[in-house]
Amino acid sequence: MKAPRIYLDYNATSPMRPEALQAMAQTSAGIWGNPSSAHAEGRLAKALLEDSREALAEALDADPAGIVFTGSGTEANNLAIQGAVNAAGVEAPRVVLSAVEHPSVLNVGKMLEGIGVAVDYAACDGDGMVHPEKIAETLRPGTVLVSLMHANNEVGTIEPVAEAAKIAHERGALVHCDAVQSLGRIAVSVKALGADLLTVSAHKVGGPKGIGAMYIAPQARKRWEPVFHGGPQERNRRPGTENVAGAAGFAAAVRAATADLEAEANRLRSLRDRLAAGITSVVPGAVLNGSLGSRLPNTLNMSFPDVPGDALMMALDLKGVAVSTGSACAVGAHKPSHVLKAMKLGGGRRCGPIRFSLGWATTDRDVDRVIAILPSVMKRLRESGATCDCSG
Amino acid sequence: MACTHVGVAMSGGVDSSVAALLLKEQGCEVFGLTAKTWPEGSRCCSDEDVRSARRVCDALGIPHYVVDLSEPFERHVVAYFEEEYLSGRTPSPCARCNRHIKFGELMQRALAIGADAMATGHYARTERTTGGRIRLMRSADRGKDQTYFLFDLSQEQLARSVFPVGDMAKQEVIGHARKAGLPVHDRPESQDLCFVAEGEHAALIEKRSPGRVAPGDISDPAGRLLGRHGGIHRFTLGQRRGLGVAAMAPLYVAALDRATATVVLGPRESLMRREAVVSGVRWTSGRVPSGSERCEAKVRYRQDAAAAEVKPLGTDAAELRFDEPQFAITPGQIAAFYTGDELLGGGWIEKAVE
Repeated sequence: MKAPRIYLDYNATSPMRPEALQAMAQTSAGIWGNPSSAHAEGRLAKALLEDSREALAEALDADPAGIVFTGSGTEANNLAIQGAVNAAGVEAPRVVLSAVEHPSVLNVGKMLEGIGVAVDYAACDGDGMVHPEKIAETLRPGTVLVSLMHANNEVGTIEPVAEAAKIAHERGALVHCDAVQSLGRIAVSVKALGADLLTVSAHKVGGPKGIGAMYIAPQARKRWEPVFHGGPQERNRRPGTENVAGAAGFAAAVRAATADLEAEANRLRSLRDRLAAGITSVVPGAVLNGSLGSRLPNTLNMSFPDVPGDALMMALDLKGVAVSTGSACAVGAHKPSHVLKAMKLGGGRRCGPIRFSLGWATTDRDVDRVIAILPSVMKRLRESGATCDCSG
Repeated sequence: MACTHVGVAMSGGVDSSVAALLLKEQGCEVFGLTAKTWPEGSRCCSDEDVRSARRVCDALGIPHYVVDLSEPFERHVVAYFEEEYLSGRTPSPCARCNRHIKFGELMQRALAIGADAMATGHYARTERTTGGRIRLMRSADRGKDQTYFLFDLSQEQLARSVFPVGDMAKQEVIGHARKAGLPVHDRPESQDLCFVAEGEHAALIEKRSPGRVAPGDISDPAGRLLGRHGGIHRFTLGQRRGLGVAAMAPLYVAALDRATATVVLGPRESLMRREAVVSGVRWTSGRVPSGSERCEAKVRYRQDAAAAEVKPLGTDAAELRFDEPQFAITPGQIAAFYTGDELLGGGWIEKAVE
C-alpha cells in the first residue's frame, strides 16, 4: 500500500476543516435563499450570513458592520487599495507598499503606477522585516495609504504593523493590512494592529476557496469608495448575491482555528522547529532564510544550496511530500522570489528555497517522515549534477 | 528494458502521450515533464502545449511538471540557429535541441527527481549489445524514423533513453490513443520547427538582429548580376522558389558567400556533388570505423539513405563519398551514416566537394 501523502503547503491552502465542510453542506442543502429577499427563505439566508459576519468580526476583534465578504483575498486587497486611492481627495495621491507584499498587492501597485499614482516601496531587512522607520522614510506628502502585510506568505515574517500604523496615522495616511497568512495562526486584532483596512481569506484557515473578506474600520469609511457597482449587498461596498454557504464555511473554519489559538500555535511551532533542526542535521549546508524570531509558528523557509528549488519540490512530490518553492502562484515560472531578493540574500540562497508550511492536520509522524526522506532525495539531486542557476 | 520509474518528455502531441500510456500499461511508475523552451508566444512549447500535456497526464493519472528551459534553449538552439543562417549555412536545430535540451537538461531533471530513465515520443529504437553498447536503430515505421535528429546523443544518453513508440507505425499510435480515450487533439502534422513557423525564420532573425542583416547581389556562376536580395539568411542551398529572379531555365541557389553577401544561382546540375566533409562527428554506435567503411547515408531528413563510404578524419571529422552524386549537400545540415538499420554516426556538413 502506498504511504499517505504528507501535505506541508498550508500557506498555499489548507485542507478543509470538518467543521467548515459540515457548515457548508448544511447551508448548501437547506439554506439556499437569496439574503436580499424579504421572504422566509431570504431571511433564513440573511440570518446565517450575518451570523457568519459576526463570527468573523469576533475573530478579528472588529465591528461586524465593517466586514465585507469578497470572492477572495486577492479581491479584498484590490478593493482595499483601489477603493482608498479612488476616494483620495488629493491632486496627486501616493501609496506606500512594502517590498515583500503578496503579488495581489504589488501588482495593484503596478497598475496604479500605470495610471499615474506614485508608488513608494518600503524595504525590508535580511529577515524580511519592514521596520517602522522604513515606513517613515517612505511616507511623502500626498501619501494616502500604507499597505503592510501582517505576516509574509513566503518566509512567515510577522511585520510590525501596529508601529508602522502609528507613524502612518500621524502623517494622515490610511493603513491597509493583508492578514491572509496570519489569521488562525496568530492573534489578529484590527484594533491592536491599527488597521483601517484589512484582508483575510477563508481557504488558508481551512475554509472554502472562493471567499475572503475586507474589513473597513469606521474611521476609514468616508475615505474609501466601492470599486464594483451593482446591487446594495454588503452595505453597498461589494455588490453581487452573497456566497452564503461560503460565508458559513468561512465562519466555521475561523471559529475552529481560533478556538485554541495559542495551544495550536505552540504545537505547530514545536513541530516546525523540530523540522528545521532535523533538516539542518541531515542536510549539511541547508540554511534558514530569515531567523525564527518574529515568525509565523507554522512557516519554515530554507535554502538547499546547489540544487534547484523546483527540482527538490518535484522530487519530494514524487516521494509523497507536498512543499512549495515559495509562493504557489509562480508554478512553472523560474523566477527568483521577490521576497528573498528584497531580503538581499545571496544568489545561491535565492536559488533553492523551499517553503514548508504546517497546519491543523500536520502530525509528528509527518515531520519524522520528511526528515527521513530528505537525505536520499538530496543525494540523488546532487549526484545528478543538477545545478542551480539563479543569478537573477 | 525492465522499467521501474520513468519520466516522459511530453509535448502535448500524440506520440509522447502514447509513449506515456504504453509505459503505464507496462506497469512502470511514470511522470510527465514538459519543457518550456520559448518565452514568447509561439506554436510549440506554448502554454497551449503545456496545457495539453497536463491534460494527458491528468487522464493517465500521473504527475506532470513544467521545467523552464527557455534560457538554455535560447543559448543552445535559437542563438545557434540564427548564427548558422547569418553564416550562409542551413541549421538543423532539432538535433541541437535533442542533445542539449531534451536529452540534456530535461533528462537530467528527470533523473534528478527520481527517474531511472527518460522516455520520448521519438520514432527510433535502441538495442543493447552483449558488450553493453547501445545501438540506435531506425524505427519500425521507416517513413517516420527520427534517428537522423538523434545522431548527437552519447552512449550515456542513449542508455537512459526509452522510445516506446519506436516499434509502432504512426497509425497504430493514433489508434492506441483513440482507444484509450486520450484527449489528444488531431493536430495537423507539420514540418515546421517548434519555435518558428515555416517561411518565417528570416523574419525572426531580422527581428532579433537587425544590425547583422546585409543585403547583397544575386549573380550567376560567371558573376553576372541577376538581382538583389535582402540578406543571405533568407536562402538555403538548393532553394528554387522565392528567388525573385526571372530566368529561362530553372535556377537554384548554388552557393552563399558570407564575405560578399552574394547569392550565386545555377542550374540543377551545378549542385550535384559526390563528396562531403563532415565535422563534429559523433559515432553514435560507440564504434569508430578503423578506415573507409560502406554505409547508407542521408544528408537531409526527407531523403532515402543512399549508398556511400564513410572515413573518419582525426577524432571528430569524417569524409563521406556517395556512390552517386547528390543534390545540394548543404553546409549546416546533418549527414547521418547507417549500417543496416543501425545509426553508425553522424555529423555536421562543412562543405560539399567536387
